[in-house]
Amino acid sequence: MAPPDTIAALLQRLDAREVSAVELTRAALDRIAEANGTLNAFVTVDETGALVQAQAADAARAKGTAGPLAGIPIAHKDVLMTAGLPTTCGSRMLANFVAPYDAFVVEGLRRAGTVLVGKTNMDEFAMGSSTESSYFGPVRNPWDPERVPGGSSGGSAAAVAARLVAGATGTDTGGSIRQPAALTGICGLKPTYGLCSRYGLVAFASSLDTPGPFARTAEDCALLLDAMAGHDPRDSTSIDRPKEDYRRSLAGPPADPARPLAGLRIGLPEQYFGDGIDGDVAAAVDGALDALRRLGATTVPVSLPAVRLSIPVYYVIAPAEASSNLSRFDGVRYGHRAAAYDDLGDMYRKSRAEGFGAEVKRRILVGTYVLSHGYYDAYYLKAQQVRRLIAEDFRRALGACDVIAGPTSPTPAFRLGDKSDDPVEMYLNDIFTVAANLTGLPAMSIPCGFTRGGLPVGLQLHADHFGEARLLEVAHRYQQATDWHLRAPPGVGRHG
Amino acid sequence: MISHDDVRRIADLARLEVTAEEVDAVHGKLAAIFGLIDELAAVDTTGIEPMAHVLDAVLPLREDTVTEPDRHALYQSVAPAVEDGLYLVPRVVE
Repeated sequence: MAPPDTIAALLQRLDAREVSAVELTRAALDRIAEANGTLNAFVTVDETGALVQAQAADAARAKGTAGPLAGIPIAHKDVLMTAGLPTTCGSRMLANFVAPYDAFVVEGLRRAGTVLVGKTNMDEFAMGSSTESSYFGPVRNPWDPERVPGGSSGGSAAAVAARLVAGATGTDTGGSIRQPAALTGICGLKPTYGLCSRYGLVAFASSLDTPGPFARTAEDCALLLDAMAGHDPRDSTSIDRPKEDYRRSLAGPPADPARPLAGLRIGLPEQYFGDGIDGDVAAAVDGALDALRRLGATTVPVSLPAVRLSIPVYYVIAPAEASSNLSRFDGVRYGHRAAAYDDLGDMYRKSRAEGFGAEVKRRILVGTYVLSHGYYDAYYLKAQQVRRLIAEDFRRALGACDVIAGPTSPTPAFRLGDKSDDPVEMYLNDIFTVAANLTGLPAMSIPCGFTRGGLPVGLQLHADHFGEARLLEVAHRYQQATDWHLRAPPGVGRHG
Repeated sequence: MISHDDVRRIADLARLEVTAEEVDAVHGKLAAIFGLIDELAAVDTTGIEPMAHVLDAVLPLREDTVTEPDRHALYQSVAPAVEDGLYLVPRVVE
């Protein structure tokens, strides 16, 4: 059932010596060269470095010292530091910045033997839901180049959806992995807060930022997550807990092959199935729930009454943290410095005004306001209190079920330019995704169908903290019984 | 409700130049965003402990020892202006 170009399938072919890492890497570089003019998914392609890494992977395979992902070409979102390569965050501020070290997750994937072919485009500083706010121009959706791929990790999502690479990293602060995964018809996993270290992830909102994988299948997400998860003392919020083997947790047949999800209780929050959801999206999600029931799962109604407040809470907390984190960009130690200024204060103001785009500036201003004297209690503290109400809703709901399901995004991919002038309209895209960040819960988007217009739809699953293995298992069993994840965008053939 | 003066004040606090011509447009967008945020004011949060960490975890402390080697040359290689290992900024004391 698996197509020949998933990570799992490529590893088998590498193991069987049917293909070399150098061949896979050259093929990936060729596909990128052909497609990137349209998609604009990559901002940096490191051909020389990739081929050196591929040769090293082939040599390690020949010696028997290869890591578990040796020879698999992947891409990293350009918010993750990659030693010696540009790390721009999609911003003019960092357009000439070269990372002096690797992020923890980049290091982990390097150690596993992956071949880094390039860095992917993104909304500036990961603030956005369409990848239109990049200083390097918008990313286009492989399913329809007139439409956005979602965001902020739109470059990584488009690269995997267009089969340029089999896997990529993203970061998810309010849905930035799951929403683009849904809009491009691939899998995206936001792990539990603290499972994957944020070391080397250029900070946007530190209490929400979460690195995670993109791939076409749940099995491939498990393979990537195995290399990305782990304790890291350099991130004080990294959790020290025994390492799991996500891939192994998917291996082997279920106890009851006819009903592999027997016993699984899926909670359906009434708030995720109400008004404001595109009819085709709702139909595809209903179809996925039917399929999960046929696999043995039962569905139970749950309620998340405070979840309607997730967007206002998020748009206090995320800008507050952003205004603090982005104060480091002052034109002194790194990043853009204005060419002309009067004094030090003027240099800060002009460097920041020139270096940041409109949405980043808005969030810095909102954050500065909500943290300013006289407003802190009314906004920031209030948001932290409502955040707890939302977390308590999920805790209660997850006491009555094992996973919570619903649509990832209320609509399929929208047209470029449709929402880029209206920040509030753009923010409402995140209505179903921000709660997982506010609560730290793991959540995953998997392809579950198409609109009548042929645009992909994503099903979102949440589990309890550190329930990644459960999410991956549900997604894997669903993918063994369905073929939505095998569909390729028009004109995208099978490669590799 | 956020005012034009607020926009100028927070732009100054944020060390972000917002020109006189930009204030009106920036104000319009921020007012819309605060329209969304202000829904929170109606929520009764009496007695609710603010949530600072999603796992309510206590951050660990590490030993107070040097863990990083001296890499100032590498780190300063990306700086806009340096001299003799120092970052250069406009003169602040006349």
